[in-house]
Amino acid sequence: MEGGHSEKMYEMLLRIRMVEERIGELYAEQQMRCPVHLSIGQEAVAAGVCEALGKKDTVMSGHRAHAHYLAKGGNLKKMVAEIYGRETGCCMGRGGSMHLVDLRANFIGSTPIVGGTIPIAMGLVWAAKMKKEKQVSVIFLGEGTTEEGVFHESLNFAALHNLRVLFVCENNLYSVYTPLKERQSNRPRTGIAKANGLYADVGDGNKALEVYEKTQKALQHIRSDRGPAFLEFSTYRWREHCGPNYDNALGYRTEEEFELWKKTDPLVQLEKAGKFTEEYTVSVRSRLDKEIAEAFAFAKKSPYPKKSEINPRLSYAE
Amino acid sequence: MPSKRVITGAAAIQEAIDQSMAKDPNVFVVGEGVPDPKGVFGTTVGLREKFGKNRVWDMPLSENAMTGAAIGAAISGMKPILVHQRLDFALLSLDQIINNAAKWFYMFGGQQSVPLVIRMVIGHGWGQGAQHSQNLQALFAHIPGLKVVMPSQPADAKGLLIASIQDPNPVIFLEHRWIHSAVGDVPKKFYTTPIGKANITHKGSDITIVSSSYMALESLRAAQLLAKLGISAEVIDLRTISPLDETSIFRSVRKTGRLLVVDSAWTNGGIAGEIITRVVTKDMSILKAMPARIGLPNMPTPSSPGLTKYYYPNLETIMKSVCDVLRKDASSIKKIIAEDPSLQSVPHDVPNASYMGPF
Repeated sequence: MEGGHSEKMYEMLLRIRMVEERIGELYAEQQMRCPVHLSIGQEAVAAGVCEALGKKDTVMSGHRAHAHYLAKGGNLKKMVAEIYGRETGCCMGRGGSMHLVDLRANFIGSTPIVGGTIPIAMGLVWAAKMKKEKQVSVIFLGEGTTEEGVFHESLNFAALHNLRVLFVCENNLYSVYTPLKERQSNRPRTGIAKANGLYADVGDGNKALEVYEKTQKALQHIRSDRGPAFLEFSTYRWREHCGPNYDNALGYRTEEEFELWKKTDPLVQLEKAGKFTEEYTVSVRSRLDKEIAEAFAFAKKSPYPKKSEINPRLSYAE
Repeated sequence: MPSKRVITGAAAIQEAIDQSMAKDPNVFVVGEGVPDPKGVFGTTVGLREKFGKNRVWDMPLSENAMTGAAIGAAISGMKPILVHQRLDFALLSLDQIINNAAKWFYMFGGQQSVPLVIRMVIGHGWGQGAQHSQNLQALFAHIPGLKVVMPSQPADAKGLLIASIQDPNPVIFLEHRWIHSAVGDVPKKFYTTPIGKANITHKGSDITIVSSSYMALESLRAAQLLAKLGISAEVIDLRTISPLDETSIFRSVRKTGRLLVVDSAWTNGGIAGEIITRVVTKDMSILKAMPARIGLPNMPTPSSPGLTKYYYPNLETIMKSVCDVLRKDASSIKKIIAEDPSLQSVPHDVPNASYMGPF
């Protein structure tokens, strides 16, 4: 492994964790007045995949997108301000947590209709092919998305025209409260990808280094124009589907299962694998604490959008 | 004066795409059967030969994904034209049209617009039935962020399609199957017809008939025949359903004091109701009579010609409705239509006598 990647992934993973935990802590203040889908427990997939990408490569995502936005280099202050509904947010308060964008970081957008951004991400590199550009388009999706028709349609078209798409599936076993086994037959999703002619692989989504390495291999395949790729990473959502709380008490999953997954905490695993000194991890935490505190302060002191923003003309570009 | 050139609506649409692609390398066209020998009723013939595979695409039967892909291309700076041989097929892509194309510009803070044209063929007659001819302009007009264009004249079809391709927003371009075979004078040059501007195709002072697409042609014929009854009807061809040219409608109704809206769709929740509401709620005092609307009966479209002859409104329906609004005797309408040489021997379910099917 090249020097620096472990540290960068660790810092990003920890940053995502700390941002999400802060959202969780402050949500009860009722100032973040929109749904939030936290990535706690799943951060290593975002950190590992994005570490392998180049600046020009693009990323799109779905409803649980904070981690992907941040890992691709999305502006933290603008994300927090967006969740707070302020005019300084990345969508000027029009989007909320479920609509993130940072074009300077090539994070092209996230939307909360399951599967909705898959074909758009594919269209980015369809256009790139027409314009003879070479970047890769990454689309993050959950395992539930593989049940949507548009997923299958997109795999076929991406393979048909050899488009530079990397489909990254985070399998966290649940769609809201419904377990995978009540939704899909017992077959690997990589089989669907392979049947469409894609490169496909699976990996441990709680091991950032493994995610990074598997992503690099998939990117090599894509960049040598051998076709699009599909990667599935197993992981686990710690908090409730939507909101800041733990919800195991509802009974849709067992406390034992939750504890088992918690033992594979991606943050702890990367800390161990990286053999980081305590001095280093403490200094990273304190730096991130400061950055995050500033971002929340920025959001809270930012004004709401003006009344004049309610204007039907704004639906259209001039 | 340049000499007149009469071509079909289909040829006008083909020319609009051809000229737009020649002008702008970012314009491309995609759709099921676009490069096939029939070229979507002749509207895309010859384009692949001229512009190549990288700009003229066929596609898998994946309407939803391909609409999303076109949106992705549009936000990357391309100008896609996505074609559906039937509007009914495009219903599989409503998620992408309504959730993404329509809202992308607004919901991401105005950072990325979606310059996408979606051509959908709507229809009438020849047994197309419940799922091959729906006129769902009201559905699309309901969605902020979409523009909805519905030409009737070949020259407008060309100018409005070029304007739609140049527009930075998603445009639903509804082509009535019977407009493809309609003929008219179409300038050869590259030109645009403004979106959102109606056209007065027949001047009059007794009543305003507001219509669009194929029904605007029927309304125009009705106005010409109504003159024989001493009725002076003004016909407004909307050309664009959203945004609606409220100014032209209101100016005309202020002059005539009477309003009939003729739509090609169901009346329930439709554009005709919207237009009447806008007039009535703005100034009811300008109306000398109760406004009226014509549309389809609120039931699925049947296939049999034995049923469709009672289902579709036509010239006679329009003329009769005008007489009702004006409280004029309508008893001679049948005779007037029967005596018109241009209207002879065309069955009710085809656009002209030469139309032989199959689609």
